[in-house]
Amino acid sequence: MSTAALYKEFQRLAGQENVFSDASDLLTYSYDAALLPSQPPGLAVRPTSLEALGRVIRLCNQEGLPLTVRGAGTNLSGGTIPAHEGVVVVTTALNRIVEINQEDLYAVVEPGVINARLFAAAQKQGLFYPPDPGSMAVSTLGGNVAENSGGLRGLKYGVTRDYVMGMSFFDTDGQLIKTGSRTVKCATAYNLAGLMVGSEGTLGVFAQIILKLIPPPAASRALLATFDRVQAASETVSAIIAARIVPATLEFLDNFTIRTVEDFSGAGLPTEAAALLLIEVDGHPAQVAEEAQKVQEICRAQGATQVRPAADAAEKERIWTARRAAIPALARLKPSVVLEDATVPRSKVPELVRFITDLARRYDLTIGTFGHAGDGNLHPTIVFDKRDAAQEKRVHQAVEELFDKALALGGTLSGEHGLGLSKTRFLAKEVGEATIAWSRRLKKAMDPKGILNPGKIVGS
Amino acid sequence: MGGITQLARLLGELDEQLITCMRCGFCQSVCPLYGETGREADVARGKLALLDGLAHELLSDPHGVQERLERCLLCGSCAANCPSGVKVLDIFLKARAILSGYLGLPPAKKLLFRQLLARPALFNKLMSLAPRFEGLLTKPVDSLLDTSCARFTSPLGQRHFKRLARVPLHRLEPPRSTPAGASGLRVAFFAGCLIDKLYPGVGRAALKALEHHGVGVEMPAQEACCGIPALSAGDTATFSKLLGHNLARLDPAKFDYMVTACATCASTIHKLWPLMCGSLAPQAQERAKALAAKTRDVSQFLVEAGLVPGQAPAPAPDAKPLTYHDPCHLKKSLGVATQPRRLMAANPAWRLQEMIESDWCCGLGGSFSLEHYDLSQQIGGHKLEHITASGAVAVATGCPACMLQISDQLSQAGRHVAVKHYLEIYAETL
Repeated sequence: MSTAALYKEFQRLAGQENVFSDASDLLTYSYDAALLPSQPPGLAVRPTSLEALGRVIRLCNQEGLPLTVRGAGTNLSGGTIPAHEGVVVVTTALNRIVEINQEDLYAVVEPGVINARLFAAAQKQGLFYPPDPGSMAVSTLGGNVAENSGGLRGLKYGVTRDYVMGMSFFDTDGQLIKTGSRTVKCATAYNLAGLMVGSEGTLGVFAQIILKLIPPPAASRALLATFDRVQAASETVSAIIAARIVPATLEFLDNFTIRTVEDFSGAGLPTEAAALLLIEVDGHPAQVAEEAQKVQEICRAQGATQVRPAADAAEKERIWTARRAAIPALARLKPSVVLEDATVPRSKVPELVRFITDLARRYDLTIGTFGHAGDGNLHPTIVFDKRDAAQEKRVHQAVEELFDKALALGGTLSGEHGLGLSKTRFLAKEVGEATIAWSRRLKKAMDPKGILNPGKIVGS
Repeated sequence: MGGITQLARLLGELDEQLITCMRCGFCQSVCPLYGETGREADVARGKLALLDGLAHELLSDPHGVQERLERCLLCGSCAANCPSGVKVLDIFLKARAILSGYLGLPPAKKLLFRQLLARPALFNKLMSLAPRFEGLLTKPVDSLLDTSCARFTSPLGQRHFKRLARVPLHRLEPPRSTPAGASGLRVAFFAGCLIDKLYPGVGRAALKALEHHGVGVEMPAQEACCGIPALSAGDTATFSKLLGHNLARLDPAKFDYMVTACATCASTIHKLWPLMCGSLAPQAQERAKALAAKTRDVSQFLVEAGLVPGQAPAPAPDAKPLTYHDPCHLKKSLGVATQPRRLMAANPAWRLQEMIESDWCCGLGGSFSLEHYDLSQQIGGHKLEHITASGAVAVATGCPACMLQISDQLSQAGRHVAVKHYLEIYAETL
């Protein structure tokens, strides 16, 4: 089909006002939050119904057009950049919460529903959807599932993967494939939902997703512990877990991040501290009281110079405001930001932090490190100016060394951002060539023409 | 018109600001327009990418970029919530000026701004004649809201617009220069076009409050528009002319503060006069900056100066429920949100009943509403629902432009909720 004929056909399938072909519109679908070059698609389509979505996919496959699904475009690894041009399919109009079931504790959503909207809708009915990626105010659940997004609550509540009970998705012919169910147990057929989580749009396109909801904790308490040695902060993390306490969140801030946040927000953080731990325990009120007490004792025993429990909601809010300010505060130092998510077993956090400090010195870079210490998923954040080519090159080299180190420590390339375009070439280091070859055969079987988000995860 | 490379060079001056956007996309969660359309070109990140694309010659369609750049309410919700602190509005206004300079101003806007708005005497004269003819073309629809709609098919569509004041403020309250009273303070009162021509009652309430608190008032003759319509359209020539006109009439040495009861005027003077006065003579620039530094919303001034009693009386048993809409130009631009509430709390005849999302934009966005009435209405629809859900019999706000939009919404929906300025509520007690 000619380009003009294709354009007409997409308009017929998705509605005239939902197909974009102007250079200006296409440029706005050429990027996400990853620091990678823009690549505009040939066309962008925003279906307003699942039927239209299926038909669009089928047409792309018939014509052999690469198809990249895009939700809010907040991806940090380039997963929504249409590397091979083709068609960007925007899911923001597929945003219906189909069902919230109070008796069976699940929700059924379309892929374009924003995470925070489901959280709020569940909360309104006295239920809880725990996965809380940093982008939750804007990112879509389709994107969260495709990237297996994590968040602050990962340590106790798990990540997106742990809440996907089932789904329906379109194959490349636009046929609806069903997997999983609305039941707690399901041993029927292949666990395709497990395969689809984290598949970054390379194996199919989500239609409806069934997500588990849970009762919210009745109480919670937050506290802030100050350390003059990173090692002590990190050993505290292990000691808390060893005491059989699993906090809802266990966040780490290094000295550089502490100072930057303090300059930015004046929250009253101890700027001389080597590290801070922000800890929140939740559950039954009696359990919370007991665990908060124990956590304080452990912090002191491990050498915390100060332990400050939040006396009330306002103080708790202040503690978390300091954590939330980490990215904005660091981002304002320099124009460009690389937010890394290489992850290590939590016992290796001190070694990784030491390594990053050294890395910043060796490459003459500004790196603030903070993140989810409880699950070994730190976010070394490099701030620089991408207009300085030499500096950008050093950033890439430093990141590569960071990956090697994380792998050497028994960790993984990505904790929660996915491989996208930016980490694909390092995959062999972690899983080996055989795994990549097997994955490519799998993809070939599900997507014979290779139209689904080509170039991502296993390359092209 | 030069080549696209010349345009790229002009936009290059924005590079230092454009580069600070890290493309996180968080602006999506607060953009009223994106909330309706879900299109990336409608949110700040998309527009910043387009400007970056033009500046780096990834794009060669300035018309396309201009068209998308103008689909924006300039409400500033994105800038107020940006993790990187990108100065979105500064960038957009400068870019609109550059693009309008490069592509030329549309003839209708040129006529309106240069032949009418830039000539305050003529503008006042024409507007004072208008109410006499208003009845021929329009018919009243809601006496509580004082709205009317077109009698015949009209370019204004199905709008229910606030009727023009029979007598504008500058005739009701002539120019003056009164000495400081008990407060020991003197302020210049900047009325603004909408208060002068549509809502003189709000201006009178402001003057009543200032007088009550013993504040001396400076009101120059023939004040001109603050310039925001021209700036929004990228017409810096008209803006400079209006600014020059106002600067000649306002000497900052003569008063302690300059106050307005219009959120948009306050925000424009405080933030945009210093930002966009670069083409004026150095002395005029100094004066613009001095005036900007002295400019406050009336509530902000009264509270800062310690003139409002700290302890609010308890609402009377039969107090009527009142809700409040936070204008974008007060809350997001100037950080003024508690002060108007304090003034309203001083009136025991009303009980404040907060609506949800009181700071979600009303959807007017000045000329945005003229060019994209359907979207403006869609966004305003949420405000309408939130006002209704609050159960209030009146809605107050701090901006005559928001009052216009909210009146249109309520009138069309046939909801009998009165629209007031917070100063009108406050002045009832004086």
